[in-house]
Amino acid sequence: MKTTHIIILVLIAAAIAVLVQYTGDLTTYETIASAKEKEGKFVNLIAKLDQHKPVEYDAVKNPNYLSFTAIDTLGNSIKVIYHDNKPTDMEKSERIVLKGRVKDGLFECKDILLKCPSKYKDDPKAMQQLQTSN
Amino acid sequence: MNYIGEHLLPGQIGHFFAILSFMASLLATIAFFKASRKNIPADQEPWLKLGRIAFLIETISVVLLFVVLYYIISNHLFEYKYAYTHSDKSLQIEYLLSCFWEGQEGSFMLWSFWHCVLGWIIIWKGGKWESGVLYVISFAQFFIASMLIGIYFFGSKVGISPFALLRNEMDAPIFSRPEYLQFIKDGTGLNILLQNYWMVIHPPILFLGFASTIVPFAYAFAGLMKNDHSWIKPSLPWAAFSTAILGTGIMMGAAWAYESLSFGGYWAWDPVENASLVPWLTLVAGLHTNLIYKNSGYSLRPTYFFYIISFTLILYSSFLTKSGILGDTSVHAFTDLGLNAQLLLFILVFFIPAMVLYFIRYKSIPSIQKEEQTYSREFWMFIGSLVLFLSGMVIIAKTSTPVWNKLFGTKIAPPEDPEFAHNQIQIFVVVIIGLLTAITQYLKYKDTPKSVFWKKIAIPTVIALLITIPISIWGDISYVKKGPGFLAAIHLAIFTSVYSVVANISYLWLGLKGKIKAAGASVAHIGFGLVLVGILISSSKKTVLSWNTTGVTPLKVTEGEKGNAAGSPAENLTLFKNIATDMGKYMVTYTMDTTNPRDRKRYFEIDFKANNGDERFQLYPDVIKNNKGMDGFAANPASKHYWNKDIFVYVTSFQENKGSDTVSFKNREVKVKDTLFYSNGLMILNNVGVNPPAQQSKFKQDETALFLDITVISKEGKQYKIYPGIALKGQELRSIPDTVISQSLILKFNKVLDQSSGKLEIGVKESESITDLITLKVYEFPMINILWIGIVVMVVGLVMSIIQRVKLNKKTGLKTA
Repeated sequence: MKTTHIIILVLIAAAIAVLVQYTGDLTTYETIASAKEKEGKFVNLIAKLDQHKPVEYDAVKNPNYLSFTAIDTLGNSIKVIYHDNKPTDMEKSERIVLKGRVKDGLFECKDILLKCPSKYKDDPKAMQQLQTSN
Repeated sequence: MNYIGEHLLPGQIGHFFAILSFMASLLATIAFFKASRKNIPADQEPWLKLGRIAFLIETISVVLLFVVLYYIISNHLFEYKYAYTHSDKSLQIEYLLSCFWEGQEGSFMLWSFWHCVLGWIIIWKGGKWESGVLYVISFAQFFIASMLIGIYFFGSKVGISPFALLRNEMDAPIFSRPEYLQFIKDGTGLNILLQNYWMVIHPPILFLGFASTIVPFAYAFAGLMKNDHSWIKPSLPWAAFSTAILGTGIMMGAAWAYESLSFGGYWAWDPVENASLVPWLTLVAGLHTNLIYKNSGYSLRPTYFFYIISFTLILYSSFLTKSGILGDTSVHAFTDLGLNAQLLLFILVFFIPAMVLYFIRYKSIPSIQKEEQTYSREFWMFIGSLVLFLSGMVIIAKTSTPVWNKLFGTKIAPPEDPEFAHNQIQIFVVVIIGLLTAITQYLKYKDTPKSVFWKKIAIPTVIALLITIPISIWGDISYVKKGPGFLAAIHLAIFTSVYSVVANISYLWLGLKGKIKAAGASVAHIGFGLVLVGILISSSKKTVLSWNTTGVTPLKVTEGEKGNAAGSPAENLTLFKNIATDMGKYMVTYTMDTTNPRDRKRYFEIDFKANNGDERFQLYPDVIKNNKGMDGFAANPASKHYWNKDIFVYVTSFQENKGSDTVSFKNREVKVKDTLFYSNGLMILNNVGVNPPAQQSKFKQDETALFLDITVISKEGKQYKIYPGIALKGQELRSIPDTVISQSLILKFNKVLDQSSGKLEIGVKESESITDLITLKVYEFPMINILWIGIVVMVVGLVMSIIQRVKLNKKTGLKTA
């Protein structure tokens, strides 16, 4: 066998090993109920903001503290703590992906990804607004 | 029904040309294909002529599509859905072009336009490869054109027309009224992230890069069809061109991300970024194996493979970003417009025939059985190409988890720290590639005498070590977050990337003896090395300046808490208007804000004063109100550029003091050592000072001043000192109130009630809103300029080698003719 072939095989094996190791780092998308079962494990929660519960953010007291309640499609809810500024348009978002872990019944959030209607420009809601404004 | 006020003609013209370009590209494909199958020039000629005419019609159609859509957008014809969803009346002229790339339709048009331009260059210069390359390009054009026709075939819709009418696309009761247009006063506007100068130039360059990858692919495909491998010479400058332009396009996107901080830096391993980086990596691999084959006869098979896979990955990247599949993992992908099947077909229709043909021809593609020498350039160049390709495969595999989820119904999400998941692997790729970039040029093709090689490489090796060791020791590379192993890898990578810069600079003298004409590759490699150095140093040393330690927040971060789930808490700092806040290196003050009606932005003036007194400057970050019926705003950072670092500041939120202050002072009696309560805690009067030196700045020399020393303790346990006072000059009494902003508390020293018993009167006011405030983040990025300079040098090097290759090809062309 040629040296080149050996090197090719070694490198391909390394690439596969890297990908296998990567699968160990992967996380999962969860609902609130299943996230609660996996307390302490890093998960991605797909939920939305519970509009009926208060959103706590006061830049005067602490610009790095946000708390709100998330609710998912199954109707479960959990209180979320986020140590950063409040993302703009959070109230308008239809869907939020929360990255973090459940700890003592609270969701300690590390990162928030908002899905706003603006992303879905062809959303009929934009048109409904147009109608109501007339 | 007859609708009032609609302009239907432009749309009809546009739609006509969309269909015309669809038909013309199909005709061009057939004609050029026929031409390529004929061996005698006389037989070719009529087909070539037909192909060129069809290609001309197609080019004209594509240009006119642009003109018509531009007319619709610039005239604000909101009866067209494209104008309604992607523009509004207040949009500045310079951003009208950006409307083209906000929508998928416009980005397809851009792609198609560049194919036309490239096609004409091949028709002009391509010689015997004209027909072979052109039918591949025309076929791609046919697919892109099909995305823009928006016609139903057998009940299923093909493409989306950029000239669709709003009333046909949306279901709403107002469309039942003939005068509906009167109610649509304005469009929903261009996404504010795209209202940035980088976003005017980045997409055209990037799409030129995307479009240009079809040329090496088309050469390879035509070569396989004819079983003729002489295309490897004309393909070289094209591959170099594609590398240069795609690289520039990607890095312009990085510059935009950096300037707008929309990814929190210039690179975030976002799927959208990865999807365009990976074809670049495989293309660079192909460029190198192409060179190997031309100079040594090795590596033709991998060259075919790399060129095929690069274009396939471009198609895959367009599928990833346009199908909406990245919805949950990327912040910047398009949304699904129902083109997924078409996009998928676009990939397969190019990939499958190319791969089938590749395997059929595999045996007949020339290759050398004898093994490469270890001391040969081709051996290490091939290893480098292979590493680049595998690195690309690892990146794209990780990026494709959403596709996996879709296929198998799994719920896999990216890891907790997705950036590190890439970094920890790619850092070793940098080590290997840096090393190979440094040494490979010192090896000759075929074989190199060992002693000569080691003698020549010795000097640059020593210089590189001399440069790297001080950086490692005193450069403060202290990225300990991810453990000592990763830190060691960073140091190693810094060495190899410095090595690649130094070795390639030295090679200009040692190898080329100053022959600048032939220096393209070395210059490009110097640039590439600088890019690596810039990335390593700037990424491992980004610092947060607005680390919140000012005491404005009651939740002080203790040492133990730093590792909490929030990651890096307290990056936001609150600034109250006109109150200087200590931010470590600087005293920062939010002094004023203004609204600019032209660009609809609200600018905040932030005054920075260095605590060592060296400098003072103002920065003007702004926020722009969201359009599309949204309430919020988007922040644009402002930056101060130094030669060795950049300071970025951006506003994360702001609050205005609305309405007048209706709360009045309540007067309270107090004695020294008394405790008073307020709504959120208590305050203790410690003592009364006459002309206290600490407060000297607040009263004049000829005044007599009395100041109270009060400690305020909030419920959260936070302590504040507050010094209200009075100043007396003759009969004139002046009150000097003091505030605890974060407690919304104002104290005023009214008067002395009874001197003998020490009774005083103070006024206490708890205001609802004391002042305007903003929260902001401030970052410092060091040494980023090395990265930008590196890109420029790399592109200059690639252009040099394109010029050299084109000249060489001309010469050899003359010889054979």
